[in-house]
Amino acid sequence: MTILMVIIVIGMIIPFLWMLSASMKMEKDILTLPIKWIPKYFYIDNYKEVWNIGGKAKVDYHFGVAYLNSLKIAFINMFGAVLTSTLAGYAFAKIKFRGSNIIFLLYLSTMMIPSQVTLIPRFVLFNSLKMMGGHLPLILPGLVTITGTFLMRQYFMQIPNELKEAAVIDGVGEFRIWWNIMVPIAKPGMAALSILVFLWNWNNYLDPLVFLSNWRKYTIPVALTNFIEESLTQYGLVMAASASALIPVFIVFLVGQKFFVKGLVAGAIKG
Amino acid sequence: MRLKFKLSRQARIDLTGYAFIAPNLLGMLIFTFFPFFFSLFISFTDWDYTKGLGNWSFNFGANYVEIWKDEWFIAAVKNTLIYALTVVPITIFLALVLAVIIDKYCYAKTPIKLALFMPYISNIVAVAIIWVMMYSPWGPFTLLVQKLGWKNPPRWLGDYYWALPAIILMSIWSNVGYAVLIYSSAIQGLSQEVFEAADVDGANEITKFFKITIPALSPTTFFLITTTLITSFQVFAPIQIMTRGGPGTSTNVLVYYIYTAAFTFFRMGYASTISWVLFALLLVVTLIQWKGQKKWVSYE
Repeated sequence: MTILMVIIVIGMIIPFLWMLSASMKMEKDILTLPIKWIPKYFYIDNYKEVWNIGGKAKVDYHFGVAYLNSLKIAFINMFGAVLTSTLAGYAFAKIKFRGSNIIFLLYLSTMMIPSQVTLIPRFVLFNSLKMMGGHLPLILPGLVTITGTFLMRQYFMQIPNELKEAAVIDGVGEFRIWWNIMVPIAKPGMAALSILVFLWNWNNYLDPLVFLSNWRKYTIPVALTNFIEESLTQYGLVMAASASALIPVFIVFLVGQKFFVKGLVAGAIKG
Repeated sequence: MRLKFKLSRQARIDLTGYAFIAPNLLGMLIFTFFPFFFSLFISFTDWDYTKGLGNWSFNFGANYVEIWKDEWFIAAVKNTLIYALTVVPITIFLALVLAVIIDKYCYAKTPIKLALFMPYISNIVAVAIIWVMMYSPWGPFTLLVQKLGWKNPPRWLGDYYWALPAIILMSIWSNVGYAVLIYSSAIQGLSQEVFEAADVDGANEITKFFKITIPALSPTTFFLITTTLITSFQVFAPIQIMTRGGPGTSTNVLVYYIYTAAFTFFRMGYASTISWVLFALLLVVTLIQWKGQKKWVSYE
């Protein structure tokens, strides 16, 4: 059975292996049959051109900019969304303010709205605010996540009320209860949410495609498709670009795999 | 005096509560709640983006009549349904079988699961690009098919009948690892007693799989169906990168049609109408699932 699984696993990662091997071949060798999985030479000029090392790029952009843009947006939204979700999730779970049930019901019903329905209104909004082309149309809506708020509320619901009541008797303010008592307990939930938010932003394609128009502002997915459109017949380059987008993520994932897997599974089961 | 004190205490609690949710609520209202209704309004206009912002005239639901005469729209609904209703069950069943096999019979469980999971954490754009090359006449997929005896395979993504199945296969490949991971952690939480009792009764592995494992994992299955169905209805990137909805209308799906109607043809009103059809479809599917879950999901 293990052997059967190994065959399946190889089948699963063959596309990646092939990407790697093709990315280090010269154009004429990619098309030779049968496929040489390990090339006789390692032709790294494809990578140099993709990353614009030594002025190799024929096109006026390189991947470093896209990486920085993607990282910037994903990190800002990760911190922002986790903060707003933790604040609101705590309030919905532990503060008995009037109207909280109705507002939470509103949240639950908006969870059903697909982001494509609000895409055109957001386009109109950012257009009239003259924000098109920059990162704000991606960052501002990303600072709040309804799913995340829901997840954090579920997390805080599990924390016993006694913890809070003891602090209230001691006269500790609500904000300090949140920061000093609740946030430390909620850290695993916040970590899980961070990973989810990061991945959502990192892989978001439709929104950047609509809102960005300049290579200096592109995120990785949009930079990748633009690169491909301009060099579609150069397969080695295309594969080097894809590999450049994927490999750093694989490395981060493998290094922190325990953490990631736990986070993703926790997010799933609580959801 | 006492009553007054109490009131002000509740008022203070209210104030704190609203202060805590304020940033979140504001974002939700500005970027989801109001746009939702604004989009409904736009869907009842014939707004053309090239005419400029605010230059819209109400056309009394004409868009909602027009879509049913639009073969691109009909194809988009059909293809979205075919895509979602094949990707979701196949992915989930495959994942369940794999998760059980890995859990019971395999060494090196973690590396196997991680390898299966790699496509899921990969950027879908890069994955779609790799698969375009996989499906090309000299790509490994085509060569493999030829080796298995099909001498003249079609040009997968360029073929009217094969383009959608090719994208479906890629989607299953990229989603299965996530479902395996979720199932694996659920399997580890199952109690062994029932299985031991079944062993005593002489049940074989197949019987145990269908009579014990599947029912015991039904809450996980329900969760996976709900989430993957929603994301499948919103498929966009693979279509935009691999086929652009073609050949003909063969891979046009709802979100891709929203995108082209709005940002290629600038018909914002019409695009909003399609997005509302997508929303209605998601709503119906979710309601059916919540109604249906009582029949087969058991929370012990």
